[in-house]
Amino acid sequence: MIEARKILNQKDIQITIERLCQQLIENHGDFKNTVIVGVQPRGTFLSNRIIGKLKQLLNTSDLESGSLDISFYRDDLRRRDEPIVPEVMDMNLSLEAKNVVLIDDVLFTGRSIRSAIDALMAFGRPKSVELLTLIDRRFSRDLPIQPNYVGRTIDAIGSERVIVEWKEVNGKDRILMVKSD
Amino acid sequence: MSNLSVDHLLGIKYLIKSDIDLIFKTADNFKKIINQPIKKVPSLRDITIANLFFENSTRTKLSFELAEKRLSADVINFASASSSVTKGETLLDTVNNILAMKVDIVVMRHPNPGASVFLSRNIDAKIVNAGDGTHEHPTQALLDAYSIREKYGEVVGKKIVIVGDILHSRVALSNIYCLQKLGAEVKVCGPSSLMPKHLDALGVTHFSDLKEALEWCDVANVLRIQLERQDVNYFPSLREYAMVYGVNKEVLDGLGKEITIMHPGPINRGVELSSDVADSKHAIILDQVENGVAIRMAVLYLLAGKIKN
Repeated sequence: MIEARKILNQKDIQITIERLCQQLIENHGDFKNTVIVGVQPRGTFLSNRIIGKLKQLLNTSDLESGSLDISFYRDDLRRRDEPIVPEVMDMNLSLEAKNVVLIDDVLFTGRSIRSAIDALMAFGRPKSVELLTLIDRRFSRDLPIQPNYVGRTIDAIGSERVIVEWKEVNGKDRILMVKSD
Repeated sequence: MSNLSVDHLLGIKYLIKSDIDLIFKTADNFKKIINQPIKKVPSLRDITIANLFFENSTRTKLSFELAEKRLSADVINFASASSSVTKGETLLDTVNNILAMKVDIVVMRHPNPGASVFLSRNIDAKIVNAGDGTHEHPTQALLDAYSIREKYGEVVGKKIVIVGDILHSRVALSNIYCLQKLGAEVKVCGPSSLMPKHLDALGVTHFSDLKEALEWCDVANVLRIQLERQDVNYFPSLREYAMVYGVNKEVLDGLGKEITIMHPGPINRGVELSSDVADSKHAIILDQVENGVAIRMAVLYLLAGKIKN
């Protein structure tokens, strides 16, 4: 039997994104030396929302951003049945001496973020890299990676899955925890 | 669709359309990677690739080697001219000796048609055919079709004429298979003596007149006259060939439209292609070379994904 539990609904997600943006503004001010990078494919839905909200809050249309494909930097190419099919990379910028905010939806083992940090370095040597995630599944990390900005921290066991749905793809925003036994 | 239907790249004949689409989609990403400030990715860092060249090659070998290095694979190179093959060793022995050094992928060019198929049946490594005699040269055909897709947005419905020595050309055969699988219309042009006997079986027709062929096509893929493979004289002289089948500015200016010129290299300037055409904006010859690296990276990446630990 599959059991689904809602963690965040549309309103919660909206409030959480607004809070995360305020925290980012606290640390990055006018974002003149900051680049926002979403991890493809799912992190870009969140980064697009955050960029939209920041533009509104800062009253600017000038925010540097990119979408990062991490397929070729992953460590599990030969451990899968199917090859990792790459997503679109949109990084028409240099990260040299910039502050980078890396954005992904769910932080789980930390392996994707390790790959993402590797991939980032191909675009220059950033001054700093911070991590923002909507959901932090603590206690399930394989690598020593922690987020700087967290939407919601949850405790989940291995058989549980966190599903993030976005209006753009699934018709509405919500985050579910699915347990199968 | 997210995995190749084959375990080796032996020829385009063995691929299905979705394989070609997957290779192109993956190559799109590698093309971006090779235009980044840092052009290397760590995907194949635990893979060893042997480049076995039993026949001369400059650009294909360089292109494969660069693709392998950009993927972070370990690379060993072998050229038959300086090896024990000249001491009488068989192909299987040579390759087995190399495989004993724990090689995962073999990229091979060989003068005998079918050499890579033979190898794939007898050894435990992924094989990439980098040209086997007059049979196939699959990565060249993939990069040619990819360059057409890049120029026109798609390959389906395009008219492509392959000009020159079709009889001795593995590039022509692989191109015919590849372009037809992608829905393009392919015809060939050249002296009858340089046409293979069974063109009809490939669904390809032949133009004897160059101007007529160029009027028909969107893209002309011009091939080199392979004097090294010609055991008898197929035409009176190179000079005469150049006069009748050489693509030059005058011929192109006489057409009622603009066409794209491709050439797999090396060019014999003044024979099949004049210098002003080879260097003109209609020629996408250097794009082909750049795309070659991206296509080879895609092929190696997708095959390596099939090697399990």
